Amino acid sequence: MPQIAQLAETWSSQVFWLLIFFGITFFVIGRGMVPKVMDTVAQRDSQISGDLAAAKAARDAADAEEEAWRVKENENRAAAQAIVAKAKDEAAAKSEARLKAAQTRLDKKLADAETRIAEARTAALTEVESVAVEAAQDIVATLAGVKVTKPTAAKAVKEAMIHG
Amino acid sequence: MAAEQAKVDPMKQFAIEPIAGTQGWELAGFNIAFTNSAMWMLVTAVVLFLFVLGGMKRELVPGRWQMMVETFTGFIDNMLEANIGKEGRKYVPYVFSLFMFILVANLLGLLPLGIVGIHPFTFTSHFTVTGVLAIISFSIVLLVGFWKHGLHFFSLFVPHGTPLPMVPVIAPIEFISFMVRPFSLALRLFVAMMAGHVLLKVLSSFVIDGTNAGLGFGALVGLPSFILMIGISALEILVAGIQAYVFALLTSLYINDAEHLH
Repeated sequence: MPQIAQLAETWSSQVFWLLIFFGITFFVIGRGMVPKVMDTVAQRDSQISGDLAAAKAARDAADAEEEAWRVKENENRAAAQAIVAKAKDEAAAKSEARLKAAQTRLDKKLADAETRIAEARTAALTEVESVAVEAAQDIVATLAGVKVTKPTAAKAVKEAMIHG
Repeated sequence: MAAEQAKVDPMKQFAIEPIAGTQGWELAGFNIAFTNSAMWMLVTAVVLFLFVLGGMKRELVPGRWQMMVETFTGFIDNMLEANIGKEGRKYVPYVFSLFMFILVANLLGLLPLGIVGIHPFTFTSHFTVTGVLAIISFSIVLLVGFWKHGLHFFSLFVPHGTPLPMVPVIAPIEFISFMVRPFSLALRLFVAMMAGHVLLKVLSSFVIDGTNAGLGFGALVGLPSFILMIGISALEILVAGIQAYVFALLTSLYINDAEHLH
């Protein structure tokens, strides 16, 4: 076993060179290079978490903006609906008023017409009566040779007209 | 035939040979010959350096290589955070170096470079090496423990809720288990790496000797051994990762003891 057989002659060189090369490894690689490598990793990690935070903030802002937009949109829509409803109401009221006015005018016209018709009818009836009275006087005078006074004739005519 | 049988020595792969001309290097009376072991430590450090260098592009969107390096640093970082907590982060450089150094060493030792004439040397299969690494880890535990808690660190040997009469019994046991830590840490890695490599070498000697002994032996012994070698090689890659992980994990658990006592 050379590890033991050569121990006396080689241990000093083994220890010496190990200390040299492990020392170089420790001071150059371990102390010099490894912290830089780990620094890079830490830097990257912080950058990633920073980017993630920024992205999250941006998303939150976008969400808030969307929410605000939605609220505003809803308000606008409600306002528009209110305006439309108001306009509708106004138009309805206006048209109703106009309809009412037209109706009254028509009613009045109708009433006027009816009165006029009634008047005309009465006038016509009176005329017919007077004509009938004269005709009855004439007929009686001709047929019976009796002179009938106007009121009598008129009375008879009226009776006849009532009984048909 | 006898010469061929002696060819595969499962222990030869662990032999340390100074690279030509460095045999006599000395520092303060100690021999510091630049050996094949030291050579592979250098290769490990260079490979690890190149690997991490590829992850230094510092791009916001990482490429594959950068991703791989960041996976390893993140792995160590998570392990320390899970075991020690927030204070664990300051040990990332050490534990990362430890884990990657052992991992790369283990994996390089498994590379089949022998077929192109370069013989990989797994220096983690030497307890001189794993011992030094374990002592470094253990020293960190002691330094952190005494620096943070002072003499209060000794309360580590008296777990919470120990009844007072039991303290004289529990404390020595805890103390022994604490002092055994560096040995278990070093021996575990050394034994696992060595056992795997010996097993592969023994099986390869079966393949070579069996095939040399004739077609019948080759089919009966060589082929199954070869198939087994493929499986065990895959297992060894797993072991290389697991042992590096275990070493780093136990180090972080021990540091946790030092940081938080019990």
